[in-house]
Amino acid sequence: MRTGTETLGQRVAHLGLAVMTAIILAFLVAPILIIVPLSFSSGSFFYYPLPGFSLRWYEDFFASSFWLPSVWNSLLVGTAATILATLLGTLAALGLWRTRFPGQGLLLALLISPMVVPVIIIAVGVYFAFAPAGLTDGYAGLILAHTTLAAPFVVVTVLATLSGFDRTLLRAAASLGARPLTTARRVMLPLILPGVLSGAVFAFAVSFDEVVVALLIAGPGQRTLPRQMFSGINDNISLTITAAATMLIGISLAFMVFVGWLQRRSERLRQAK
Amino acid sequence: MLPLFLFLLASFIAPIAAMLARGVTDADVARILPQVTAELRRWNGRDLPQESAYGALIADIRAAREAGTLASAATRLNYDVAGYRTLMFATGRALSGELAGSARETLLAIDPKWGERESWNALRRAAGPITDFYLLAALDLRHDANDAIVGSPPEQSVFRDVLGRTLWISGVVTLMCLLLGYPVAFFIARQPPMRASILLFLVLLPFWTSLLVRTVAWVVLLQREGILNNLLLSLGLVTEPIRMIYNRFAVYVAMVHVLLPFMVLPLYAVMKGISPTFVRAAWSLGASPATAFRRVYLPQTLPGVGAGCLMVFIQALGYYITPALVGGADDQMISYFIAFYASKTVNWGMAAALSIMLLAATLALYAVYNRLVGIDKMRLG
Repeated sequence: MRTGTETLGQRVAHLGLAVMTAIILAFLVAPILIIVPLSFSSGSFFYYPLPGFSLRWYEDFFASSFWLPSVWNSLLVGTAATILATLLGTLAALGLWRTRFPGQGLLLALLISPMVVPVIIIAVGVYFAFAPAGLTDGYAGLILAHTTLAAPFVVVTVLATLSGFDRTLLRAAASLGARPLTTARRVMLPLILPGVLSGAVFAFAVSFDEVVVALLIAGPGQRTLPRQMFSGINDNISLTITAAATMLIGISLAFMVFVGWLQRRSERLRQAK
Repeated sequence: MLPLFLFLLASFIAPIAAMLARGVTDADVARILPQVTAELRRWNGRDLPQESAYGALIADIRAAREAGTLASAATRLNYDVAGYRTLMFATGRALSGELAGSARETLLAIDPKWGERESWNALRRAAGPITDFYLLAALDLRHDANDAIVGSPPEQSVFRDVLGRTLWISGVVTLMCLLLGYPVAFFIARQPPMRASILLFLVLLPFWTSLLVRTVAWVVLLQREGILNNLLLSLGLVTEPIRMIYNRFAVYVAMVHVLLPFMVLPLYAVMKGISPTFVRAAWSLGASPATAFRRVYLPQTLPGVGAGCLMVFIQALGYYITPALVGGADDQMISYFIAFYASKTVNWGMAAALSIMLLAATLALYAVYNRLVGIDKMRLG
């Protein structure tokens, strides 16, 4: 609405809007950033000013008998769930894209519904079904449940990449004598790869942040990092948890930058074709 | 798509369906006490049951006591009528000796409650296979001795409060997200591309940050010995720490913080596509900025408002972790009670009935979202 001929009132309104936006964005970002310096405190209080800098809370994190195993558990469950979800989600997206059939919208809604169904219902359902099968208190149950939660994210991202995919490329490859499998590998895969990869990152992030299912079905041996943080807040909270949080913020930032890069790349590819 | 469909069928749809079925079925009592439940299906419910039902009950209780299954039947009956558990166990113990007289006289001698219609009615209501007991209980309703539906006794009436509170908190959070998200999206949509992408990064950062990290942040900020209280104390604004956590305030603040990006992003997407020429045309036709905004701009953003509000409201309904960590006992939402009944008291019927309510509300809103926005247009990050 910048027209060059702004009245004073409009300029005041613009300024007010800018200030308001700044405050709201600060509300969004500040609470996250404010815990980062705390994790480097040499004291043990949860407030500023810091008495001095030290790495004692990181030492505490890596020396403890429960934080580090929880990281390994999260990595194990996250990786397995990501592989499964990416495989299943990509195949589902390709299937939905290739063919048209009645009830397709309903099927898509169903495939995506784990994203909207409250996690507690999924967790309780899985707990109810897995307990008699002996799948609780083990990695298998947790991995399967996380795959369920993560797969829809892969479906959505891959479908988004496919929506810009030019089907004539497939026919061109076929007319040049490529076999279907070769076409899939040499033409299709490179083009949808950004979507598959961002789907995989989303899937990993979902599993890496999941706590409700872990609360219900994981045994003491499968405590994941979010599960450990949950009890870390509940029991007696120490600054070690801010060290854990700071490292998680770093990981989230890396994911975010990676997905942003993939999306830009995918758009460039689309424009180049 | 077949593999994922089959996988979801096995790991998602079937488990949830099986769990939800527990909310409308009653299998335990009929399995454990088969003879008396069969007798009671033939009973008219008005007079006391006939002698054969008393005999069947004695046989069933003895068998169940031997098999060690009496407790789970007693627990189910106790949900309906307080004290039923004690009644069943006392009866079981007393029946271990030899019987004297008729079955009816024996039972009445053990406990006069066996001469009350209500005891038998509760047994009949639990005989299954289909029951409305849990669903009614989730609405603070029950069947009375005459089978009419009446309100639950006040000490058991918590669920209407919980349902109302869940809707209220979700509504307040959605409204606050809209009030905060609208100006932010409006401002960002008006910036040159470079600045807009930096500002969007600030919105996306919390979106990507772990929910647990954000909740930890609010605990650190709001707790008694936390950053905010310390700041207020050192500025001399307060003389003693204010209670800012484990109450409704903390739940609102933390939930708005977590859900705000889900409001800003769809609003931004819609606002970005609105050409400024419409508003300029309105101005040139003599509309004041306020009128141009209200009559021309605002209506065009309504799809974004609808999408954002639905997305935030749907997610807020199912919130569990955030209220559990920063809320007090009176701020827990329906998810907390589902988890409570599933894992603490192992009352699957109640957990399932509450899940049915939550799932029905969520899916109805999901259908509206699908109609308005289209799930295929759901945006991520």
